[in-house]
Amino acid sequence: MVKHYDTSVELCGVKLDNPIIPASGTFGFGREFADYYDLDCLGAISFKGTTRDARFGNPTPRIAECEAGLINSVGLQNPGIDKVIAEELPHLRSIFHKPIVANISGFSLEEYEECCAKIDKEEQVEIIEVNVSCPNVHNGGMSFGTQPESAAEVTRRVKSVTTKPVFIKLSPNVTDIVSIARACEDAGADGICLINTLLGMRIDTMRRRHVIANKMGGFSGDAIFPVAVRMVYQVANACQIPVMGCGGVSTADNVIEMMMAGATAVQVGAANLKNPYAAKEIIEALPKEMERLGIERLSDIIGIVK
Amino acid sequence: MYKKGLYTIVSNTPLTPVVYRMVLEGDTQYITNSGEFINIELSGKFLRRPISIADYDERTITIIYKVVGRGTEQMKNMQAGEVLDILTGLGNGFSTNNDAKRPLLVGGGVGVPPMYNLCKRLLGEGKKPMVILGFNTAAEIFYAEEFRALGVDVYLSTADGSEGTKGFVTDVIREKALEFDYLYTCGPLPMLKALYDATESPAEFSFEERMGCGFGACMGCSCKTKYGNKRICKDGPVLKREEIIW
Repeated sequence: MVKHYDTSVELCGVKLDNPIIPASGTFGFGREFADYYDLDCLGAISFKGTTRDARFGNPTPRIAECEAGLINSVGLQNPGIDKVIAEELPHLRSIFHKPIVANISGFSLEEYEECCAKIDKEEQVEIIEVNVSCPNVHNGGMSFGTQPESAAEVTRRVKSVTTKPVFIKLSPNVTDIVSIARACEDAGADGICLINTLLGMRIDTMRRRHVIANKMGGFSGDAIFPVAVRMVYQVANACQIPVMGCGGVSTADNVIEMMMAGATAVQVGAANLKNPYAAKEIIEALPKEMERLGIERLSDIIGIVK
Repeated sequence: MYKKGLYTIVSNTPLTPVVYRMVLEGDTQYITNSGEFINIELSGKFLRRPISIADYDERTITIIYKVVGRGTEQMKNMQAGEVLDILTGLGNGFSTNNDAKRPLLVGGGVGVPPMYNLCKRLLGEGKKPMVILGFNTAAEIFYAEEFRALGVDVYLSTADGSEGTKGFVTDVIREKALEFDYLYTCGPLPMLKALYDATESPAEFSFEERMGCGFGACMGCSCKTKYGNKRICKDGPVLKREEIIW
């Protein structure tokens, strides 16, 4: 008899068939992946970071390859919240029938509030992920995410306009991640998502200039996995609210490791850009990995390593 | 539509000391147009390497690449029989659905390869293409004979005058007083801009940009056009004259 391996998890009352969520900014609004596999195999999808107004983002080049990862300085290119609601969300719903996580970014408290109030009205969206950690926009998201007070203020303002579960997506580019996560929890956050990219930089030694037009950008990919596991562990042990782990996940074993560190769900980011089937392949590999490690229910291992 | 698959190297030979031709065998059904590119996974490299398609048929893909960095250095040393993980069917490619009768194809340096399959396609459609190939110097010239073997007029330019017209591809157009009713081109940005300024016919320009994924997901290679933001990898690499903002 074939044993059943239960991969389901629950995130603030939202049931996911499995903990795998393509991370915001690596999956667009699903269109580029839908032709290649059935998106319904995914636990959820976190869509491209959305702001109030349409943005082109930073000048190109805005991608730099690194050992075991890449730096991007895309800078929140998106069509703006109204167009996302009018065009992208209905299309995403037509190709994906599992929970949608809306990733919202802003440049002011008012902008966060306005975007979240709008997305709150969208039935298709089950979770709001508030990005206070984009390293690529000046005076933007990350400044809110680097201080406990400002992160808490964003959380309060957003919570006042929505009844949907709110996850705050935090930056690793801080000295004390726990104090920021706790401040968000105290301000009413329903969960924490971490980590966003690490601020990085590359130089073209032949041309003696920056590889990226904007000089610096966010480093992601396999190389940042240990940093992500450490921060997930710290935050999960300091907070009562659930954690979505993110950062350098590319295998089913990575997923299990991050869950053991305390993540309830696990986002897959840069791996999607290297292999468009990455999220699907990880999901397919989960039961076998569970069998190998003697896990029957994935939810049993969340935070099991203290 | 793109697809990920495994491809076996049939051959990998130098055309010049730094330019190589690799022939790959595998599923080519997702390649539908001249000017598309493939994205090659290399062991130990996080991002794939996007390389334009020089030619393809029912079972092979031919690419021509210049050794410019660690990735292409790695490719240069690969042997026949090795297997590569590749995404095919990427990019929009050139459009030949127009009433041009005498199209001009201009390739500069490693912008030459996509012109080859396009030239064959145009010939197959009964058109009479002519070709300008631009290089820095005679030692860098490749594929001139292959184009001539297709039976088209081939003009060369070299910046140092060591072969063909001395100067740039635009000097060839002037010197030979070439008359054409459509322009297709791929090459370095200054060349594309010079052609844009020096010609008036309908035209398609194939652009290059540093890419992340190569299939439209990461927004790394976006550019602004008169028709809104476009991704070089997905909505390009070919842009039409009327939409380009320099």
